[in-house]
Amino acid sequence: MNRTKAKSLVLEDGSTYGGFQFGGSEFAYGEVVFNTSMTGYQEILTDPSYAGQIVVSTYPIIGNYGVNDKDFESDKIQVSGFVVREYCDFPSHNDSNNDIDGFLRSQNIGGLAGIDTRALTKKIRTSGVMMGAIVDTGEVEQIKKRFNKLPKYDDVDYVSKVTTDSQYDFISKPPSEIIKDCTIVVDDYGVKRNILRILESRGCRVVVVPAMSSAEEVLNLKPDGIVISPGPGDPELLKHLVVKTKKLMGKLPILGICLGNQVLGCAMGGKTFKLPFGHRGGNHPVKDLVSGKVSITAQNHGYALDAESLPSNVEVTHINLNDGTVEGIRHNELPIMGIQFHSEASPGPLDNEYLFDRFLDLIKNVQVL
Amino acid sequence: MGLDKSIYSKVLVIGSGPIVIGQAAEFDYAGTQACKSLREEGIETILVNSNPATIMTDEDIADKIYIEPLTVEVISRIISIEKPDGILPTLGGQTALNLAVDLDESGVLETYDVDLMGTSVETIKMAEDRELFREMLVEIAEPVPLSKTVSNIEEALVLKEEIGMPLVVRPAYTLGGTGGGIVYTEDQFQDIVSNGLSASPIGQVLIEKSLIGWKEIEYEVIRDGSDNCITICNMENIDPMGVHTGDSIVVAPSQTLTDKEYQMLRSASIKIIRSLKVEGGCNVQLALKPSNLVAKALNNVSEDDPEYYVIEVNPRVSRSSALASKATGYPIARVAAKIACGKRLDEIDNQVTGSTLASFEPSLDYCVVKIPRWPFDKFAEGDRSLGTQMKATGEVMGIERSFEAAFMKAIRSLEITGRSMLWEPPNSNANDFNKFSSQVGSLISLGPTDERMWAVMKSLRLQTKPDELSKQTGIDPWFTRSFARIVSIEKEIIKGNLDDVLLRRAKRFGLSDAIIGKLSNLKSEEIRNLRISLGIKPVYKMVDTCAGEFEATTSYFYSTYEQENEAIPLGGEKAIVIGSGPIRIGQGIEFDYCSVHAAWALQEDKFKSIMINSNPETVSTDFDTSDRLYFEPLDDESVRDIIDNESNGNDSLTPVVVQFGGQTAINLSQSLDEVNVPILGSSAESIDIASDRHLFEDFLSDIGIPNPPGSAVSNVRDAINVANEVGYPVLVRPSYVLGGRGMEIVQNDVELTKFLNSALETASGRDILIDKYFEGREVEVDAVCDGETVVIPGIMEHVERAGVHSGDSLAIYPTQTLSDSEIKTIVDYTEKIALALNTNGLINIQFVVLGGHPYRSFKDKGADYDIENLDTKVYVLEVNPRSSRTVPFISKVTGVPLVKLAIKSMLGQKLKNNGFTSGLVESQKLVAVKAPVFSMSKLSGVDTYLGPEMKSTGEVMGIDFEFGSAVSKALISSGLNLSRGSGVLLSVADKDKPDLKYLLEDLSKTDCKLFATEGTAKVISEFGLRVNQIPKKIDEGHPNVLDIIENGSVGAVINTITGDRETLQDGFLIRRAAVEKRIPCFTSVDTARAALAILSQDSDAYNVSSITGYRTG
Repeated sequence: MNRTKAKSLVLEDGSTYGGFQFGGSEFAYGEVVFNTSMTGYQEILTDPSYAGQIVVSTYPIIGNYGVNDKDFESDKIQVSGFVVREYCDFPSHNDSNNDIDGFLRSQNIGGLAGIDTRALTKKIRTSGVMMGAIVDTGEVEQIKKRFNKLPKYDDVDYVSKVTTDSQYDFISKPPSEIIKDCTIVVDDYGVKRNILRILESRGCRVVVVPAMSSAEEVLNLKPDGIVISPGPGDPELLKHLVVKTKKLMGKLPILGICLGNQVLGCAMGGKTFKLPFGHRGGNHPVKDLVSGKVSITAQNHGYALDAESLPSNVEVTHINLNDGTVEGIRHNELPIMGIQFHSEASPGPLDNEYLFDRFLDLIKNVQVL
Repeated sequence: MGLDKSIYSKVLVIGSGPIVIGQAAEFDYAGTQACKSLREEGIETILVNSNPATIMTDEDIADKIYIEPLTVEVISRIISIEKPDGILPTLGGQTALNLAVDLDESGVLETYDVDLMGTSVETIKMAEDRELFREMLVEIAEPVPLSKTVSNIEEALVLKEEIGMPLVVRPAYTLGGTGGGIVYTEDQFQDIVSNGLSASPIGQVLIEKSLIGWKEIEYEVIRDGSDNCITICNMENIDPMGVHTGDSIVVAPSQTLTDKEYQMLRSASIKIIRSLKVEGGCNVQLALKPSNLVAKALNNVSEDDPEYYVIEVNPRVSRSSALASKATGYPIARVAAKIACGKRLDEIDNQVTGSTLASFEPSLDYCVVKIPRWPFDKFAEGDRSLGTQMKATGEVMGIERSFEAAFMKAIRSLEITGRSMLWEPPNSNANDFNKFSSQVGSLISLGPTDERMWAVMKSLRLQTKPDELSKQTGIDPWFTRSFARIVSIEKEIIKGNLDDVLLRRAKRFGLSDAIIGKLSNLKSEEIRNLRISLGIKPVYKMVDTCAGEFEATTSYFYSTYEQENEAIPLGGEKAIVIGSGPIRIGQGIEFDYCSVHAAWALQEDKFKSIMINSNPETVSTDFDTSDRLYFEPLDDESVRDIIDNESNGNDSLTPVVVQFGGQTAINLSQSLDEVNVPILGSSAESIDIASDRHLFEDFLSDIGIPNPPGSAVSNVRDAINVANEVGYPVLVRPSYVLGGRGMEIVQNDVELTKFLNSALETASGRDILIDKYFEGREVEVDAVCDGETVVIPGIMEHVERAGVHSGDSLAIYPTQTLSDSEIKTIVDYTEKIALALNTNGLINIQFVVLGGHPYRSFKDKGADYDIENLDTKVYVLEVNPRSSRTVPFISKVTGVPLVKLAIKSMLGQKLKNNGFTSGLVESQKLVAVKAPVFSMSKLSGVDTYLGPEMKSTGEVMGIDFEFGSAVSKALISSGLNLSRGSGVLLSVADKDKPDLKYLLEDLSKTDCKLFATEGTAKVISEFGLRVNQIPKKIDEGHPNVLDIIENGSVGAVINTITGDRETLQDGFLIRRAAVEKRIPCFTSVDTARAALAILSQDSDAYNVSSITGYRTG
């Protein structure tokens, strides 16, 4: 490991964690969150839902299998910064074509290594998430003074930054393997590629539209269903998307995932709140209240729907067994379902892909009617 | 939840029996946790196990404890007495699982209407029967290597042509892969297949495509009756496929898998377990395609292969489950027991966080490395190669925040004398890895031994590139590169700029003070002082199952070099219990039993107990055994760091208890004492007196107690002088040894010189002890002393004469053939020694009673001689001011809680205030026999004869109201029982021929058919018994001795040895043949007589009762 420049992570409350630089030299600033996944760093780094955040990996050894062409969840690194205890500069994997340090450097994303990430995790757990910056160790005092001038995570509309610029058809398979049973429009709030891959592999034509496209534009595509994707940021800032979603409700089946679930919940009359330190990892137990089964889920959210706020025609279908928060909803009359966790995994357990089938069944049932 | 959920009200839990290779302390841990878990549910819990050295057979672990043989007959009788409604067999290893199948097949379960809890017999069979398992996998489209089950050699030959070599041979239904192997060449084929066929209780072996060199990955899976299924953790074997997972160095979580691979294998594991319908904990093994670098060197990886293959499933809690539990903090056995009662995962709490549920998957924020502990420091002559047959007796685990540091911790925890990571195999170089290359053809060399890790490091030091080593060994380049990083730090230190930065870095890489010292030509102590002056001290982090996401309440810590310390010193009165490290021959589970009781006894007296241990299999490292657990190597550095942490800079250091962790803890006493660490109980000085030959002799002569004449020497010339002075035979051994390691009886100058040449090396600077060898009755005493009162709960008499290591002897309580005056002398000596040595706590003394009748009969007390009028003398052989191997045994049979009393006395309480007086506690009206259990079938090349060097891996107990039935049960449990009418082969050394007549008297009362080698046959004929004389030499015609063993003509072998090396070699083949055939082989006439004595009586008439039942009569 090259012990290069001394760098520090400074939290807005003044706590400082000294380590050394890895990755790019860019000033890294964002909401500091931790993720407890033991594998899947490449997927995490490229997940648009992490825009505006400095991600701390609780697993202490990161980069062992390098970086490959397959595990991108978007076309670039999305996190503002990456904090690890130790990174590996000698990766070993057949698919690897870069190491984690080189990967971050290639996109000039700042990283920090060599710190006590467990101490930092416990800090976030007890004090809640907060803003932080990775700076040269000599600049610690300066940044402390600058925090109040910098934007807060909750005040920024990150969806507009990560959504696609223009509509496109997602095609990852050779034409011979493509079946097009139905058309799904994915409202891109910061979608992960695996959602698109799963839909495609289930025989859907997948059309991805920018978040700013109107309800009419979506409906004009004559989709059989809509998936409102995950994405970054506070749903409170997305009133325009709530309005759009309201317009889509009742027109065709809708599946909201993560941020999409929150916007959907708001569109149905619910409210969201910010979790103290979020759910980020691949080991969260979620109980499906319909089947009574528990499954392990991949999660990445800092906000959740308030169960109390949901109207009576919305049923809570899934809850988190750790803190009891809402993990899934459905509308009692309309073909609308939402899940707070990542049924597309990547990274994380593959236990929940069945929910895509449930959604496609919903579409089929509607079509029969 | 709770009571109303359980469909059972009374449950029988089956234990795993004695510790053998492949089935060790992990099942005491699992069984103990299960019993606790069942009782939490309000279920009346009955436990049966034949192993007295376990915590689970303690009377407060279950409602009733049966220490009885694990046979269908005994279990049936227990079922008929207790009438349980459920039986839980999935926490007692393969032994309990096989018993469950037998109980089902024999109709016992149906007769008594007992449910098999959790996993069904159908599931067990589907997972265990390779053909059914394979069919199931094919049905659910999981990839399996080409394979087939065969039950004879002809079928095997056909299959060989179909699959091509290399091939793997796995016998069905065996422990630790007994009898299996990898076949590379035509020559090996026949041997390995027939071996496997005879090892399998159902005579089946699976022959399959060899995946040698592929990555070996395991998942620990838990499923409940509602089909909720989770994985607790995955593990990656650093040694790729080809080495039994129990013999592999294992890391958790996996290090070289992408998330896609991790999830692919996780999903496959869950799918398989769902299909099998396992209810409880289980383990799935998979093989994943290796790195291209490795694959290129193999000829068994192709484009056509799937990404992975499924290897096998254990439909029960296993060794890996124990490791996974300790690696993650998730109590698998506890949860599995609750699932067996009908609970769902989301109805079980996570005791670690106290706020979440059992239905989640642990997240680790550290890395663990497990390294097996092999017995080759004791069996230097054994076959050290590792393959599909497990050879390790135990294991250690290192926890740290980097792989390298976790690995280095694990190496330190192995406690192999003189073998730090810097040790180098004398004859190894990079090319050594190729020593099997002729066998494996174009396959890369994958023939590892227990020394491979050290050879890899040496090779790296010699500039071999890590990737080159990966090609040769199949170890993924990520690991070899990590090892290379350790070597590069070593080199930096050797260069000589040991500054703050380098020292800190070396500590973060896990280099011990001792290693840094060695590399920088400084003393370990100097490094310690240097780093402490620089503020380089470890902090302690918690194992909390959730990577810090939730607040946790458990107190399970490991050290690391980071910023934040989470182990804030415990307040109030406290003491540290030093555990006993890995299970090895000579230091087994008994010492874990003692450590656990020490922790509990401290708590009972309002002391906070702090445990240090490095063994993931044990009860002592369970998260709720002590108030705080430090999972750390048991060396000076770690222990002192922990003491410093707990003492928080105070001058009054936290006291330690060293009496219960075997030699491991005792060995630390002197160095801890030197730095003024308070030692509770007997002082370091007392320990030193007992261990130091000169001091000990002076001590005994001062109080007028005789011991065999002899002396400590440090060179050959002195040795020969001493030996001639006291007269041959003499017993020779290095001082400060474990389990009689390096101990031998020698007959003359030549043998002595030969012994010394190798022993002086092992002794690493310490003296060699030479004593007159007395062939008398051996007697052993455990006592507890508070400085005033000496309580002797009982005296144990050995069946075998002195000369057989006490750990390998049959020990009997109470004594059966000693005269009252001999007992009086023994009691008197014990009291004198304990008091004069200022013993505070436990003391173990071994005596030899010399003189009188050469063979005293256990059966007919005083039949042909007057026992009270023998001219005998009692000598002291050994004094150990610490807990011994027999403490659990004697505590259980007498009901005297020795460890608890020892702790009370250390804390200043007086024994008399606890109702005890000096002297021998009145005997119970029962007889208990402790019998050793060996794992010789797993250790090829090891000679099985009994001698002063201990060889057994475990023990069992037979208990009853009469001696005959007690010994009978002990022999049944240890596999040394004879069946009526079977053939017996005798080949007895000249020195034992005078005793042969006693044996023949016993034999004449049985209907055994006798076979004997020439000299022995002559004695038998002269005695007047019919005998078939058999050629001893293999080239003297057929059938020879080996033939009659192999063809089943004999059911037991009696083969005694002389010290003469040549004769030893002759008998070796006979003894090994008996081991391979799995028939008893007696190398002591005494043991054989005990076994025969039963045959001549009504042997079936034994009782079955709970341990309390025997004590209360």
